[in-house]
Amino acid sequence: MNTIQKINKAKLDELKGSRAIPEFAPGDTLRVQVKVTEGDKSRLQAYEGICIARKSAGINSSFTVRKISFGEGVERVFPLYAPVVDKIEVVRRGKVRRSKLYYLRDRRGRAARIAEESMGGASGVATAAEAEKTGAEKA
Amino acid sequence: MRTGLLAKKVGMTRLFNAEGNQVPVTVLDVNGVQVVAQRTKEKDGYTAIQLGIGSRKANRVNKPTRGHYAKAKVEPKRRLVEFRVDEKNLVAVGAELAASHFLPGQFVDVTGTSIGKGFAGAMKRWNFRGLEATHGVSVVHRSHGSVGQRQDPGKVFRGKKMAGHLGDEQVTVQNLQVMSVDDEQGFVFLQGAIPGMEGGYVEVRDAVKHKMPAKAPVPAAVKAAAEKKE
Repeated sequence: MNTIQKINKAKLDELKGSRAIPEFAPGDTLRVQVKVTEGDKSRLQAYEGICIARKSAGINSSFTVRKISFGEGVERVFPLYAPVVDKIEVVRRGKVRRSKLYYLRDRRGRAARIAEESMGGASGVATAAEAEKTGAEKA
Repeated sequence: MRTGLLAKKVGMTRLFNAEGNQVPVTVLDVNGVQVVAQRTKEKDGYTAIQLGIGSRKANRVNKPTRGHYAKAKVEPKRRLVEFRVDEKNLVAVGAELAASHFLPGQFVDVTGTSIGKGFAGAMKRWNFRGLEATHGVSVVHRSHGSVGQRQDPGKVFRGKKMAGHLGDEQVTVQNLQVMSVDDEQGFVFLQGAIPGMEGGYVEVRDAVKHKMPAKAPVPAAVKAAAEKKE
């Protein structure tokens, strides 16, 4: 193990000890509590959407959350261990067959649905993404 | 003026700063930096200290150099560099300098030798745009084009930017901020990139364009263990 790897590992262990990260995978609907600092005040802002990618690279790990905001697709890449990510909540487990769901970028409404994983999912929770989908189904 | 430090470039990584943003950092290893000699006004006409870093087998060092190290009672070093200092900031010969010489938040200048690129064309070396990809241009797409005018002046001006050797020269990067310092392991973390290969030696000095922090150790942060050895 070279020195850089050692430094990264030490930092990672330090960060891992200070926070709990739930198990989640691409396809899951996440609610990310983001620390927003305005002036000297800091508050939490929820960002909810579908996790479309995860990158596992030690301290440089990140995940991408996509949502449709006012009819416009928005994607945010969060560093997994960033202090700005206060909390990650898994709202819904999705059943998908690939690790990078970039195909969702070309789809809207019904086509962008992801089936819920039958076991261990928090079913019955109406998410923004689901609400939008049901709306699309009705239309 | 106080002394700078010699350091080994370990590599780059990312750190989270106080605001929680990811910052690219270069890791410097300043272990085993010792004062090998002093230059004084009376003897040499200027004041400086000579620092050494790294290690070398004694049998690989020629006899006069070995004598030089023996005089300082220091193990042979890989690299020797002089740092100009004020007379009052001279550091005792044999003293081992510590990473805490620099404070987090302060700015430093880093001098190193850039990575050698060999014989490089005008596009890579001087950012020329080259010639067109089409419109009848053949073979010479990456050439520099014209190098001058006509019969008057009838020559290529001196210093014309052309293809040639690129890299492997002394480069100084100014105003790099110290992110953090690990005194135990002898690491200094600088924000941003510095010249040279990983494993290369660089000189780190207090930034000339920033005020030195008031709390910075003067003349230098010396390791306690090194003092015992003396």
